[in-house]
Formats: sequence, structure tokens, C-alpha cells
Amino acid sequence: MSDAIEEFRSRILERKPLRLKGGGSKDFYGGPLQGELLDTRSHSGIVGYEPSELVITARGGTPLAEIESALAARRQCIACEPPRFGAATIGGAIVGGATIGGAVAAGLSGPRRATAGSLRDFVLGVTLMDGEGRELIFGGQVMKNVAGFDVSRLITGSLGTLGLILDVSLKVMPLPAAEATLRFELPQDQALDTMNRWAGQPVPLAATCWQGDVLTLRLCGAQAAITAACKSLGGELVAEPEAAGFWTALREQTAQFFAGPDTHGPLWRLSLPSVTPPLDLPAPQLIEWGGAQRWLRGAVDVASLREMAAKAGGHATLFRGGDKAGGVFSPLPPSLMEVHRRLKQSFDPYGVFNPGRLYPEL
Amino acid sequence: MTSQHDYAAAAARDATNPDREALLAELARVLPAAALLSATEDLKPYECDGLTAYSALPWAVALPQNDAQVVAVLKVCYARQVPVVARGAGTGLSGGATPVVQGVVLSLAKFMRILEIDPLARLARVQPGVRNLAISEAVAPHGLYYAPDPSSQIACTIGGNVAENSGGVHCLKYGLTLHNVVRLRVALMNGEVIEVGSHALDDPGYDLLALLIGSEGMLGVVLEATVKLTPTPRTAQVVMASFDSVVDAGDAVAAIIAAGIIPAGLEMMDKLATAAVEDFVHAGYDLTAAAILLAESDGTAEEVAEEIAAMSVLLEKNGARNLRISQSEAERLKYWAGRKAAFPAVGRITPDYMCMDGTIPRKHVAHVLTRIAELSAEFHLRCANVFHAGDGNLHPLIMFDARNPGETERAIAFGAKILELSVDVGGTITGEHGVGIEKVRQMCVQFSREELDKFHAVKAAFDPLTLLNPGKAVPYPRHCSEYRLIGSAR
Repeated sequence: MSDAIEEFRSRILERKPLRLKGGGSKDFYGGPLQGELLDTRSHSGIVGYEPSELVITARGGTPLAEIESALAARRQCIACEPPRFGAATIGGAIVGGATIGGAVAAGLSGPRRATAGSLRDFVLGVTLMDGEGRELIFGGQVMKNVAGFDVSRLITGSLGTLGLILDVSLKVMPLPAAEATLRFELPQDQALDTMNRWAGQPVPLAATCWQGDVLTLRLCGAQAAITAACKSLGGELVAEPEAAGFWTALREQTAQFFAGPDTHGPLWRLSLPSVTPPLDLPAPQLIEWGGAQRWLRGAVDVASLREMAAKAGGHATLFRGGDKAGGVFSPLPPSLMEVHRRLKQSFDPYGVFNPGRLYPEL
Repeated sequence: MTSQHDYAAAAARDATNPDREALLAELARVLPAAALLSATEDLKPYECDGLTAYSALPWAVALPQNDAQVVAVLKVCYARQVPVVARGAGTGLSGGATPVVQGVVLSLAKFMRILEIDPLARLARVQPGVRNLAISEAVAPHGLYYAPDPSSQIACTIGGNVAENSGGVHCLKYGLTLHNVVRLRVALMNGEVIEVGSHALDDPGYDLLALLIGSEGMLGVVLEATVKLTPTPRTAQVVMASFDSVVDAGDAVAAIIAAGIIPAGLEMMDKLATAAVEDFVHAGYDLTAAAILLAESDGTAEEVAEEIAAMSVLLEKNGARNLRISQSEAERLKYWAGRKAAFPAVGRITPDYMCMDGTIPRKHVAHVLTRIAELSAEFHLRCANVFHAGDGNLHPLIMFDARNPGETERAIAFGAKILELSVDVGGTITGEHGVGIEKVRQMCVQFSREELDKFHAVKAAFDPLTLLNPGKAVPYPRHCSEYRLIGSAR
């Protein structure tokens, strides 16, 4: 048993609120940070990686960038491209940025999510320490596993409120053999229609981004398929390294739209059905995921924004900045909140893990 | 196992049970007469699902026609604390829909409507009793299809697929039910209706959709599902390769994956399975091979040509002989017809069979198949193997004759050994068929007491009185202590 795990356990058994933190790259996300700090990075390292099994297992405190560099060396990747937020390589070493445990806890996915799947789709198993210091293994290291309820995917996106993630096993995929980025001048309504139509055709669409009347498309796949799609779709080919830089800046939210000063107002994330028509909002928008993820920068009326999102069949999250008093995530109906409360109670009966980070009640 | 004799006795005893009488009277008030079955001969067709080795006669079968009737049935049963087992087409292979004695079977067979197809959003909203294949057929004119394709897709329903998190032969590339169902409307045991998931790509709060998919009907009853539709690939081709040893076939699979190829399908069959299938569908399989591999590529014509060529090189390098590449859609379907008919084909050469469902890390396939051959000799029972080689999901088909005294028990014991072997090599007892009642004891091998307690807690979060499909999938402590006793006695 590692010292780190024993230390985690003894902290948990004190039954006092803990604020779980990996790289701290997503401290801005979710409700208020409450409780004593528990840094997970003492429990770090890749435990197992066999490229031909398409599975990697790593300790929760392992930097995501370290995992991705090990995968890249074998031409593999985490296909949903979860954000690393602020990772940097200094003198050959990876510094800062997200850990895999934090990435799974937050459940965020990057530019390829609409076509490749979400981080939750790639989680195969987790080892969790619950609120009573018990180590529990759910899922495993195999692609198909229906033994027991799918707790490892329940944990994904639970913002650390159900337990401390000790180990994670992920399904990994080959890096695309070829990529291309195309650019089109299109107003929002036409861009939305185009993204949805092309997503319904057998073209190797990997990611989309619309902003300021420009639609940028990323294609990933076999060289032959990319060549054929470039010919049939048209548009202007964006050369490397500009193209790669564009998608990285989108993934890491270093692009101008996200990175501007706070005076540009809070960043809202709208998760909507991809076919939702353009929303009439008094703030600049950036659209990803074929229309299903829309970022909004600026001060808006929370209640009417949430109502607009709900009406369209989605939800609105106060992603970064702003006043969290109005709730970070869209509220849940009482019947669903009741199920949430019972789950929280069974995994964390003493309210140790990240209280209030997801909802004040949890 | 319940014999005919037990049935007669149970039916006679139950006929006069006052609790049953009262329940039937209350159900009759909320259901049309034709939607409530209670006579023994009417209940018989519901006594088991695809796992025929286990059966039980429920008190009643309800066949509601709308959401309000489902909710009403649940409320009646909840108030009287009568267990409910939801049922789709009954094709499940693990006994997930086996009735509970003194319980109600809730059949969703009448929920057969496709409610909405949105080709632009690539979504279909369907009732739970819609057959898997019916979705693909309905959306085909839009150039779309529903990707998960379990072998039973002609008959199995989407509600059942949700309950079991069904896969199929294309799930390495296209995912399981989990990856292709985006929203559910679900009735809880107390009659409350919740919506989980949405037509957006994520939702606030915990991922309850992931919990519900694969929950074997223990958390809620699916009233409606929205499924994701996938663009139909322009073309597909399959290469069929023969191997003289399963070791070589396993190595070839690893080589294909390591080369960065995710085939649309990658299936292996051993000699016994191939022989059974060939006799049944005449697909032109190589009967002299120790194992055959089917590797499919889909996409644009250029993509497919590139991938088939790359896979052919890797297959030959790893000892494949007699490569055959499908030259037409008809030929491609013929190659697959054999694989998809493997279960019924084996059914033709044996009075009874049991299908196992472990998933293993692929690198252990040769070891596991060798060990299964040894166990086959030990138990004096034949076993054919079909294998979703791409994702490591192994289906040994244990052949037996239930008429021979002791043979069923021997088959069950053989199956248990295979499941334990799957766990030993780092895998799982079930990849896609579910635990049901068939594998509930082997859950004790794969999970600790504390982990099993958590599963019970998850169930209680949705169904605090444990009335929905009780006794399935998650064992109680007594199951595990009994199982350990049997294990040590062997």
C-alpha cells in the first residue's frame, strides 16, 4: 500500500470537508472551493499501458500531458481531447496543467467530442476511495464490461463529490493517420445547417468551430478519405502549423475569445441540441461540437439564459468568472435531485468530498 | 430450476392466495382486460427469457399500452410491495427477465412506435418495444442507421438493449448502447417519471444515463429512448482469414490494432463453431482452420481499399493462409451471416447450450482458449468459441443435454469455471449479456463485499424498497458465502 493512499485515507477518516485538487487547472470551475486542501499529485504515474490492448491505466494524480505524451509516442491518443489548461513543458519536464483524476472528475471534453465521443465514453474503470476510506474498484481494463452498475462513468463529471479517484483506466485510440483543416465564410444560421448536414454524411468530420462568420472544420482519418473530403467540401485549406495551433487554442481556451480580460464578462457554456437555431443573445458567441456547444462571453440575465437553454432542450453553465450566487449549473428537478442526494449519501455519508462544488445540496 | 411438477403445485397454491387475488383485482382496475394475464397457460410464455435453464411463473403479466398504464401498474405494485420484472422481447441470455415468483412481469411489447426521426439532428425518439433492427430500417432512407447490432437484432428491443448495454460485432469502432443512447424517459418503481440525458451532448449533475444503461431493469422502467443515428458508410468490405493456430490468430488481431487500425468488425471463430455454422448457412468457411478471423473495413471506397490492403499484409505476416476478400455486398453479408448465426447454428448440433460472455484482455486469448479446451475435456462437454476479437469479448458455447441426469449441473459448473478464468486474467464475467441470475454468484468472484454493497446502495437510490427486478445482477452476502463453500468443496 502506498504512503500516498494511506495519507489520503487518514485525511478522509477525519470526516472533515476536503477540497480535492490535482493540478488546480480547473479551480475556476463549479461551485465555491470549500474544505481543507487534499493534493492528489503525490499519487502519480502510469500503471499500465499496452498499445495493442488500447488501454492505459494511470494514478489519479498523473498529469494529463504526461499520459498524452506516452500515448503519442505510440501514435495513440485520448480521442475526445480533454483540456489540459495551462500545462507547459519546461526543460523537458511537464509542469502544471490538469491531472487525469481531475480531468475525469470534471468530465470535460475538447474539440473532437461531437464525433469521437466524450471523456465518459472512454472511461473503462476507476479505483475510488469513498467517504469511509474504502478502496473500491469499478469497471476494469476491458472494452466491454456490464458486470455491476456503471459506477466508473457515474464518477466521471461528478466533480469529486462522490469520492477520491485513485486510478483511472481509459480506452485509447490511434492518432488519426491524416488531418486537414478547412475554412468557410458563413453566417451563423448557414454554419449551423452546414455542420449538421455534413455530420449526417459519411465524411471524416472531427471538429467544428464557428465564430465571427467563419466556420472552421477539422477532418481526421485515412489519407484517402481526407483527400476526397477536401475535394468535395471545398473551402480554404488552412496550412500547418496554423491549423494545429487553432485547435489547441480552442481546446485549452487560450484563443482570444476565451482569454480576453475579465472586463469581457463571464464565460457561459450552453449545451444544446446541435440543431438549435441561432440564439438571439446580446453577447459574442463561439460555437463548437457541430452546434451542440455554444460559448457566450458577457454579462447576461441568468434566469432568461437558463430559460432559453431549457426551452431549446439544453442547459447553461456559468463556466468561468461571474457571480456564482445564481448557481453554476442549471438546477435539477426535485425527483432527480433526490436520486443525487441518495447517491451522495451512500458514497460520502459524512460530506467529506468537495462540498457544494456541484450543487449546494451535495 | 423449476420442474413442471413444481409449477403445478405452485399454481395450485397461488390460485387461492389472498394477496394475489387482491393484486389482480387492483391491476384489473387500471388495465384493460386484454392487458392483464393471470391464467397459468397465459403466463407460461413468460416463464423464462433466452436463458431457458431458469424459469419461474409470476403471479401476473401486465401488457400496458401507454405510459399512464405503466405508471399505474407500478404504483399498485409499489403500494402492495409486489416485485416487478420489466420485459422486452425476452431474448436476453442471462435471465435478466426471468420472472420473480409472486411478482408481476411488466411487458413493454406494446410500446412499438417510432415517435420521431430527426435526420438533421441524427436522432430517433422511440418507444422501448421497438426492435433494434426496425430503427435502422426506418432511418435507412436518410442514409443513417443505428450502430449497435447484437446478434438478436431482428427480435431484441431497444428497451432490452438499454437494460443490458448491448453491443454487437461493430462496437469496437461504433460503441455499445451506452455510446448510442442519449436520452431516456424512465418510470421509477414508485411511479415517478424522470428524464435523464437530453438531445444536447451532456447534462448537469451526475451521469445517471450511464447508470441506467446496463442496469438490467433494476433501477427503472424505460418508457422512451432517444438514440443516436450514424451515417451509413459508403461501402464496406470484409477479409476472411484462416489460421492453423489460435495463437497466430490472436497475434494477428494484436498486430492490426497496434498498427493503428480500428476495424469496423473483428471476429474470430474456432473450429467447432466454424463447422456448426458452415453446416447451417454454407458461407464458404474454411473447415480445416483452427480459427478463422473476419476483419471488416468501412468508409469511402479509397479508405476501405487502403485498410483492407494493410490488414491483409498484417494477417499474412502473422500466419494467415487462404485470405478471401468479399467482392460484393452479397458476399460480405454471407460471410457475416455465418458469424451472426453462430448461436442458432450451435443450437442445431446439441439439444441444449449455454452461452458464456466473459471479456478478457485480448493478449490472453490463446491461454484462455487453451484452458477452455482442457476444461471441456475435464467436464466431458463440447464447447465452441466465438469471439469479438477486437474488444476481447469471448462467447464460449457449452453444449449439453438437459435430459441426461447431472449434465445441466455440469454445464453450469463448466461455465462458472470459464467466468472465473476471465476474472483471473484481468477481465470480467460479462461483456454484453448481463449478469441476470445466471452469473449472480460469480459477481462474488469479481467484486468485494464493499463494492457489492455500493451496487446495492445505487439500486436503493432509485428503488429503496428493492422491488424492481430483485435478486438479479448483484448478489447478497449469502450468495457469496454459499458460492465460496461450493468452490472449496470442488
